[in-house]
Amino acid sequence: MSLKSLDPRITREGLPETHDASPLGEIHHWGTYEVFHQTKKGDRHIHVGSVHAPNPEMAYILAKEQFARRAPCVSLWVVKTTDVYQTNYRDEDMYENNPEKMYREAGGYKVMERINKYKKDHPQNK
Amino acid sequence: MYGGGYIFEDSRNGSDSAEDPRKLEDFEARIQAGEKIEPMDWMPAEYRKQLIRMIEQHAHSEIIGALPEGTWITRAPGFRRKLALMAKVQDEVGHAQLLYSAAETLGKPRETMINDLISGKSKYSNVFNYPAVTWADTAIIAWLIDAGAIINQVANSKGSYGPYCRALERICMEESFHLKYGHDNVVFLATGTPKQREMVQDALNRWWKPIMHFFGPSDKISVHTETLMRWKVKMASNDDMRQKFLDMYVPKIWELGLTIPDPKLKKNEDTGHWDYTEPDWEEFKRVINGDGPCNKERLAVRRRAEEKGEWVRRALMRNAEEYSVPLS
Repeated sequence: MSLKSLDPRITREGLPETHDASPLGEIHHWGTYEVFHQTKKGDRHIHVGSVHAPNPEMAYILAKEQFARRAPCVSLWVVKTTDVYQTNYRDEDMYENNPEKMYREAGGYKVMERINKYKKDHPQNK
Repeated sequence: MYGGGYIFEDSRNGSDSAEDPRKLEDFEARIQAGEKIEPMDWMPAEYRKQLIRMIEQHAHSEIIGALPEGTWITRAPGFRRKLALMAKVQDEVGHAQLLYSAAETLGKPRETMINDLISGKSKYSNVFNYPAVTWADTAIIAWLIDAGAIINQVANSKGSYGPYCRALERICMEESFHLKYGHDNVVFLATGTPKQREMVQDALNRWWKPIMHFFGPSDKISVHTETLMRWKVKMASNDDMRQKFLDMYVPKIWELGLTIPDPKLKKNEDTGHWDYTEPDWEEFKRVINGDGPCNKERLAVRRRAEEKGEWVRRALMRNAEEYSVPLS
């Protein structure tokens, strides 16, 4: 006897009536690809997630279905996850700025005080 | 969007006593400060285990949840409804993919999760063990089951695990039309002919019990709740979510002149909470453990889909290909 369903298509499948708890025969692990999404021309590409795929072309097809199905999109990048070289949050202190690096901050340059003093000392320049 | 509020319990009681107390203290302080935990961060083994189970069950609920609605695609009344239902079902399957990726960052490969689903080792939301008998059932599912899931998932998107929160944010964004679509279908039937009203009332009568089961038993029964809430894995109690759902949707059901099959259901003016007949939790457990009207069908259909697709996966497989864990 096969499984009877309210859906005639499922009844036609001839599925077994008893639950088969055995694991699937063969497991095919595809690699993963990270997906970057651009919502409009001129914007930057932003990381939106990942897909499983056996090659970059399939990764692109699946990424298009997954991440460009609903939201606006003009361009997608896919990158093999293992090709992404990443830092660890344990080392996050290496990105900290110290006060001696104010020379590379816009806020490290304050000229108004000197300009105002100069203008005050040289009123004839007005 | 289908994730139920209820995480099916593991019979083993979790313990964090084996964890390094200093690391655990730092970890809990970060969560208290509202920081997100990322895949490479240190985390207690119990946190990892509970999150894998929760996100995995959520992902399974999305793909299994696509089945009762998907069965009506070929019989949808009219082309526009067929298009809308296909789009909704496709979204749900896409949500499963996002969630599997989030769970994978914790160390369990996707194919292993799918295997555990098919063998019956992992669970999915219990509501999908019930059948969608008529078209009106799909309307009730799309409106009220999605509504329940939204309440749960908006709460969970404020949780502590970064990849899960990001997946949920995207899911919630894509979700906006599902609830409206479901409501539209229910309203259409409820304001239609006597036959159509009867159909939607019947569907509501059938689905009320699973809907009340949806958020899971009262939290007093759950052994993990306290730790899970401190770790921001679980963001609201089962009872609170059920009350919120009743607050938001009972008036919307009543305004259509539909009745809810629970004579005790009413808002208690003194407590501000809804009184209701306690759902039958024995039935809930029985159905989870395989004895529901559709458990066998759901898993058999899923297995058949995996088996039928296997040659495609094998044909595309390259020997050099190795599994890798997604980044975030």
